[in-house]
Amino acid sequence: MHERKDLTIFPERVEPLLSAINKQGKNTRQMPAPFDVYPLDDIDKDIQNEDLPDLPDVSEVETVRHFTRLSRLNYGIDHGIYPLGSCTMKYNPKICEEIAGRVKDIHPADTYAMTDILKILMELSKDLEEICGMDASTLWGAAGAHGELTGMLIIKKALEKKGENRSTVLIPDTAHGTNPASCTIAGFNPVQIPSGPRGYLEASTIKDYLDDDVAALMITNPNTLGIFEQEIAHIAELLHNNGSYLYMDGANLNAILGTSRPGDMGADCMHLNLHKTFASPHGGGGPGSGPVLVKRHLIPYLPLPWIVADEKDSYTLKWDSTSSIGTIHSGMGNLAVLIKTLAYILSLGPEGIKDVSHVATLNANYIKTRLSKSFDIPYTTPTLHEFVLTDKRQQANGVTTMDIAKALIGFGIHPPTIYFPLVVNNAIMIEPTETEPLEELKRFADIMETIATLAETSPEIFKDMPFVSPVGRVDEVWAARHLILTWDMGESNKEAAVSKQ
Amino acid sequence: MSFIPLSREERKEILDAIGVEDEDELFETIPPHLRYKESLNIQGPLDEETLRARFQFRPHKISFLGGGIYNHHIPAVVDAIASRQEFYTAYTPYQPEISQGTLQAIFEYQSMMASLTKMYASNASMYDGATALAEATLMAISAKGLKRVVITRATNPAYRKVINTYLQFNRSVEILEVPFNIISGQVDLDALNDMVDSDTALFIQQPNFFGIIEPLDKIAQTAAKAGFWGIVITEMVSLGLLKPPGAFGPDVVVGDAQSFGNPQNAGGPLLGVLCTTKASIRRMPGRIVGLTRDSSGKKAFCLTLATREQHIRRGKATSNICSNQGLCALRAAIYLSAVGPRGLKKIAAQCASGARYLMKLMKEKGIDVIFNGPVFNEFVVRMEDARIKALEEAGLVPGIRIENLYPEIPGGQLLTVTEMNTKKDVECMKERI
Repeated sequence: MHERKDLTIFPERVEPLLSAINKQGKNTRQMPAPFDVYPLDDIDKDIQNEDLPDLPDVSEVETVRHFTRLSRLNYGIDHGIYPLGSCTMKYNPKICEEIAGRVKDIHPADTYAMTDILKILMELSKDLEEICGMDASTLWGAAGAHGELTGMLIIKKALEKKGENRSTVLIPDTAHGTNPASCTIAGFNPVQIPSGPRGYLEASTIKDYLDDDVAALMITNPNTLGIFEQEIAHIAELLHNNGSYLYMDGANLNAILGTSRPGDMGADCMHLNLHKTFASPHGGGGPGSGPVLVKRHLIPYLPLPWIVADEKDSYTLKWDSTSSIGTIHSGMGNLAVLIKTLAYILSLGPEGIKDVSHVATLNANYIKTRLSKSFDIPYTTPTLHEFVLTDKRQQANGVTTMDIAKALIGFGIHPPTIYFPLVVNNAIMIEPTETEPLEELKRFADIMETIATLAETSPEIFKDMPFVSPVGRVDEVWAARHLILTWDMGESNKEAAVSKQ
Repeated sequence: MSFIPLSREERKEILDAIGVEDEDELFETIPPHLRYKESLNIQGPLDEETLRARFQFRPHKISFLGGGIYNHHIPAVVDAIASRQEFYTAYTPYQPEISQGTLQAIFEYQSMMASLTKMYASNASMYDGATALAEATLMAISAKGLKRVVITRATNPAYRKVINTYLQFNRSVEILEVPFNIISGQVDLDALNDMVDSDTALFIQQPNFFGIIEPLDKIAQTAAKAGFWGIVITEMVSLGLLKPPGAFGPDVVVGDAQSFGNPQNAGGPLLGVLCTTKASIRRMPGRIVGLTRDSSGKKAFCLTLATREQHIRRGKATSNICSNQGLCALRAAIYLSAVGPRGLKKIAAQCASGARYLMKLMKEKGIDVIFNGPVFNEFVVRMEDARIKALEEAGLVPGIRIENLYPEIPGGQLLTVTEMNTKKDVECMKERI
């Protein structure tokens, strides 16, 4: 392989790239070699690679130290509170990880081994249906957005079956960006509708938008302001009378787990985010899992394969159906995450599940009560598991939401979700979850109060924050302008980099 | 077992601080008829030992399974590092100052995938190979307004099904299959030539679902006529042996990199790969990490090209993807760093050699090997049901039944060999037939 230079134009702060550690001959790993090597001359020389694969050549100890050092530049839920609104960063029980590890050596075509797994998946489906008040489910959605797409395809297919060509999906302005994006891919036209002055969608608003082109309303309950959609039952009735479906985004289910069920609110179809509500880790961006649950009338359209009972009280996979939307994944979704979820549900039990929503709401309201003295709270409607602040009071001194987030990093805390939802200017969206000790809630509230005080007394220091972090404030505009996306792209951008420095 | 860290007294303390009487009062915005009053009909709570006893699995010891999900050696360092909670329990790196570890590791994953495939850039991952391929078809359609998606019939059937699911309501796009040559198992080049024009998005799997290595050098000449074309790789270990796909000039290389340090997991999580050209980078779905500088001019990383994505562009985004397979991409990065260039080449040679050894023994037993094209680590044989049953009863899993997926190959059975099989496994298969 060719010799690589590191992107030496950038002075190192912490850890060089693997390409800079690379030196030919350093990797001395012995790989398993059970077979005598064949000459492989049946493969055309024009197709074979005469060079070695283009990878860095580093020793094992360097691999371990490199990634261990990188890990220390991160922040995880095991470090402390991670109050990202609508992301539900709760503690991930270690026992669930251990149990999921037990499926790692199973191939999905090993039908004998899969018998045990299908039984577990069936139990998980039943539990999720019970928790949500829905009739049936599919577990193959690999993430929340994948579940949304699956759900919207199910609705599209059901409409097609009825001979209807409705194209509009109504989406409140508090929704996550994935909602309209999923609708577009499923072939719908997303239309944004305003949530009311009290922070929830009003039935009177829906009436103005309902016509014979409306396929569905896609709504998150509680919404991203943390406010319960109190007119949801009436809205569901209006939708159903109009021949439209109610799709519920389960992103915020943690607020109502065991306390209120989407199925009872009139949802026809919904998805869950197991990596939020059901405690499976986010892994720095995934794998998540997004099961989709439906009411009886949408069962025929669920994606394949279906888990069905055979005569011997065991389960098999059914791969053919003319009504189904088809398959959505090449394997079995993010199966290991499903195993973690059942382990989590069973460890909590019915009372434990209900306690989740109680304490999640309790904790969020504690922080909200504390912070309402020093920050602007844009809505007076009571909130559940999360709430939104703004920088309105700090703006008077030139301190912004971004400054507050970066200051929190300096205090060793991961910031909340910022600049979302879009209906609130400069939002700071806080969700502590049920797994924070009271001392940690107090620490977070204390630090936020300190930041509010600093914004009044020394607003000028915020522009240089965060102070104590592996890197200073990161220039995202520069990244977008120069697009250095691999370590090979560094050299060609050298000039640009130097001229900017 | 509960994971709530509050005592009864602390819960009371919080209620007092908020100024409410009891916890039910916090839910007063939920209309009474929507409050769930019953006890959920689920089991538990269970302690850890009871949980451990309840989740027992029985994988087969000797199997020859592949077809898109592979059993490869995973160096111990992969689990040791990937299970560090700093990586494991972090969120998507939206706040770069506190997420440099994830960001640099993903940048390195992107760099290694781009190097291996010789493509311009790689995104930060997709759910799996099939959804990566489906998103690549959407990319082709949105970029060029193409009318036809042409895909080789020897592409993994599960992948072709997912494309059908994603495109089923797009009436302006037709999906066509290119047949394979029944003797060689490779794509029918004449048919391919007739089906491809500038209105076409072409996708071809290499090595194909039958394990056969396609003549990409010849295909590339035809593919160049297509409006957009992509190479699908479901067994990334083949890159240890074969010329990087980017050398043939595709617009995308998509597929699954589960083989790089990720276990089979009974079908998931897998690791979707999407690499593309400079020209197509702004149409790419998914996240991507870029190198940048911090306030003092030092090297730093952050997510970039965000204006393509759903959280900014909403209904007009290139894709709806948000969470991806970040931890699986991290595992792939650690794996590639651990095995290095010679390790990957050796593993690839072992896979190819093992398959040839099994093929030789099958032929000696009079088993019909269906195609004569060159293979990587999989091949198709004809095997009757009774023989498969007998092997299964002897404790072996002799590959994947594919006759239901390919009715034109009656008795078709796909056998896969990796470096995790032993010589003894292969010989055992011969003896028990």
